[in-house]
Amino acid sequence: MSEEAPDRDVVIIGAGVVGAAIARELSRYELRCTLVEAGADVGAGTSKANTALLHSGFDAKPGTLEARLVRRGHELLSEYAPRAGIPLERTGALVVAWSEEQLGSFPGILARAHQNGYTAIGRLAVDELYRREPKLGPGAVGGLEVPDEGIVCAFTPPLAYATEAVACGCELRLGTSVTGMQRLERGGFRIETSTGRLTTRFLVNAAGLRSDEIDRMLGHEGFTVTPRRGELIVFDKLSRPLVNHILLAVPTGTTKGVLVAPTVYGNVLLGPTAENLQDKTDTSSTRAGLEYLRSEGERILPALLAHEVTAVYAGLRAATEHDAYQIQIHGAEGYACVGGIRSTGLSASLAIAEHVRAELGEAGLPLHPKRDLPDVRMPNIGEDFPRPYVEQDRIAAHSDFGRIVCFCERVTRGEILDALAAPIPAADLDGLRRRTRVLMGRCQGFYCGAQVRELLAGTR
Amino acid sequence: MTDVIVVGGGPAGLACALELRRRGVGDVLVLDREQQAGGIPRHSVHQGFGLRDFHRVLSGPRYARRYAERARGAGVEVMEQAMVTGWSADEALEVTSPAGRETVRAPAVVLATGCRERPRSARLVPGSRPEGVLTTGMLQQLALKGMPVGGRALVVGAEHVSFSAMLTLAHAGAKVVGMTTELPRHQTSALFRAGAALRYRFPLWTRTAIARISGRSRVEEVELLDLENRHARVIACDTVVFTADWIPDHELAVVGGLELDPGTRGPRVDTGLRTTRPRIFAAGNVLHGAEPADIAALSGRHAAGSVARWLAGDGSWPAVVPIECAPPLHWISPNAIGPSADPPPRGGFLLRSRDFTRRAALEIRQDGRLLRSGRARLTPGRSTLLPCDWVRAVDAEGGPVQVAMRTG
Repeated sequence: MSEEAPDRDVVIIGAGVVGAAIARELSRYELRCTLVEAGADVGAGTSKANTALLHSGFDAKPGTLEARLVRRGHELLSEYAPRAGIPLERTGALVVAWSEEQLGSFPGILARAHQNGYTAIGRLAVDELYRREPKLGPGAVGGLEVPDEGIVCAFTPPLAYATEAVACGCELRLGTSVTGMQRLERGGFRIETSTGRLTTRFLVNAAGLRSDEIDRMLGHEGFTVTPRRGELIVFDKLSRPLVNHILLAVPTGTTKGVLVAPTVYGNVLLGPTAENLQDKTDTSSTRAGLEYLRSEGERILPALLAHEVTAVYAGLRAATEHDAYQIQIHGAEGYACVGGIRSTGLSASLAIAEHVRAELGEAGLPLHPKRDLPDVRMPNIGEDFPRPYVEQDRIAAHSDFGRIVCFCERVTRGEILDALAAPIPAADLDGLRRRTRVLMGRCQGFYCGAQVRELLAGTR
Repeated sequence: MTDVIVVGGGPAGLACALELRRRGVGDVLVLDREQQAGGIPRHSVHQGFGLRDFHRVLSGPRYARRYAERARGAGVEVMEQAMVTGWSADEALEVTSPAGRETVRAPAVVLATGCRERPRSARLVPGSRPEGVLTTGMLQQLALKGMPVGGRALVVGAEHVSFSAMLTLAHAGAKVVGMTTELPRHQTSALFRAGAALRYRFPLWTRTAIARISGRSRVEEVELLDLENRHARVIACDTVVFTADWIPDHELAVVGGLELDPGTRGPRVDTGLRTTRPRIFAAGNVLHGAEPADIAALSGRHAAGSVARWLAGDGSWPAVVPIECAPPLHWISPNAIGPSADPPPRGGFLLRSRDFTRRAALEIRQDGRLLRSGRARLTPGRSTLLPCDWVRAVDAEGGPVQVAMRTG
């Protein structure tokens, strides 16, 4: 039986932050790319529910691929974010020791940072720590300052990457789950999906929580994803003045611990928990998890607990039995597995994409750069930059930018209509939330819930 | 030039503006962020509004319209879709509206920003995050727009507003599968409860908490926890309405540096509804959890009197003595006494308790000195009007006034 030549050069499975970054990277070359996503939207799985930190990689395991990619990713994202309209603030982080034992681990943390080539880290005496963070709970005995840690919007990066990929000609297939896969005799893959069959010469597996399942469809047995649930509490914006930096715990052998961090939307985040699960869909919060977080918050930043809670959410990290990224390039097959990317994936995303592109190039993927790449700029949803409701010019050009629909988050009718008509439009309420912040505020829809649903229904 | 800016065009704000014009204040501007002024009653289609202020019974929307029309008729400038987003460095108000971004200023400002219900997340109810989790505020607007509200609904809370949510659900065609409260009994009138039970036949689970919500895209079930025997019960439903548990919309007050009362979580005000910051007044439900619309309106009307007197006065701003509540008392409003010892709105203080007490023995003291004692019936979520005959006895130089329930 003769086979037709594959009709695509690359198929990327999974439009989370990693898959979308790879699609963006590859669509900058003369390639026929398709980005396949089982969910209804880009970045709607694990990517949407993390701690939204920009890691410097100071505490990564030295010499690993992760250490290198986080460091490089930090550099790339810091440069890309302002161009693409991704909210990012370099707040710096303080690692706080609460006992002599924790203080004793500082030399090791400093040595590891230096091994990673990160030398901006420094020790803070107790009085300096409290001068920087006057609301820190009593009992801290010392701190480390990591000036290059930052906070970033977790929603905008995958959307920006995918929007840029689509603008460069990449096909985006949402609501498309992979049901089967075969290798073609003359190289390449045939992929059976819920929306039809695709054939491709090269395949990238960025399926996150399901990356092990895709890997197994191709006969590999490299790793198993065990979802690790992290619950988080978002506090009211009125609590934002309580904290200036990301407050990190001293990591123990098993976990990075609970942190307190400002968010780019002007809230304060407390979390995450870490709990291994079997169910890859269980993003429920739990009574025990929330109680634990509140007890930790009480210790770290007691004044925080007096504030109203705006939101509670839980995300699943794609943890595996290995403590390293599961990035394996099967060059001869034309297959790249990009699995087991945990919480550093957002920070490393652009570097992971760069790495995968280079490796696929080595494996024979022809890389001819496109000319005239489009500039993509996402609507700003961060607090550190002007938003439409304060921009006289925007409102004068279109009065819908002066019509605030979501009072708590100050989202205007103009932004909502734009998000519904974007190149990758919001398909549901969650999509609208991630693109505009609508309904994410303290009233959770008390005032505008019905109106927003009406606007959404009006476009369908 | 604008004499007074009122932030919020609900019953309190509009009644205040209307009364200011009646008292001859020249230029009054109401800024309302909603598409139409009128406040929460716009969405409450049932009857029962206007008894205390208009001395007649109106539906919510008619009541809201009446206020907006009367205010405009009296020469008040009511600006809709105009949201005050903050204070500028020179104490003017920053406003966004379709007309643009501007700052507005006036000698006096009245905050009448109202209150909202605590949503599920603020109550830390665990579980998944499906569609179908509402507050009464959102439910009423969905119903008003003819949008689906679900088929089987659980109502959390058993106050007046909870029963109002139940009526909205029933009218929208949803079946109410039950009502829960963590308290030992409901807090609405016995007559209303009996009527609702007879007409709609749903269980009221008292001393019951919401332990978990589950469901993938839509609510599928809710786990209830009996707080007495710790037994769990799972209820199949597709909608959960979180009612009552009000919190003042105090953001503008907080960022403006106004002191909040720890009980009400609204700005601290004296009996003339003056806040702790000169030239800023506050009225209506931003002062405390929700009172009925007409009571909020009378609070606004009361503030207007203070504002008008202040505009005509020497511009001084009085120091106040705070009023504090001891548990189980929850809050008192107003919660400060100024040297002029004006009577509060409606001639009394609103007092709330966290517990049911049929004949509570109340004592009001300052620096140990008894100012008043008396008995009152206390129901959580409902106010008791405490007489104000003791305010002239308060020493303006003394310590805080303490309101407590005597036990035994």
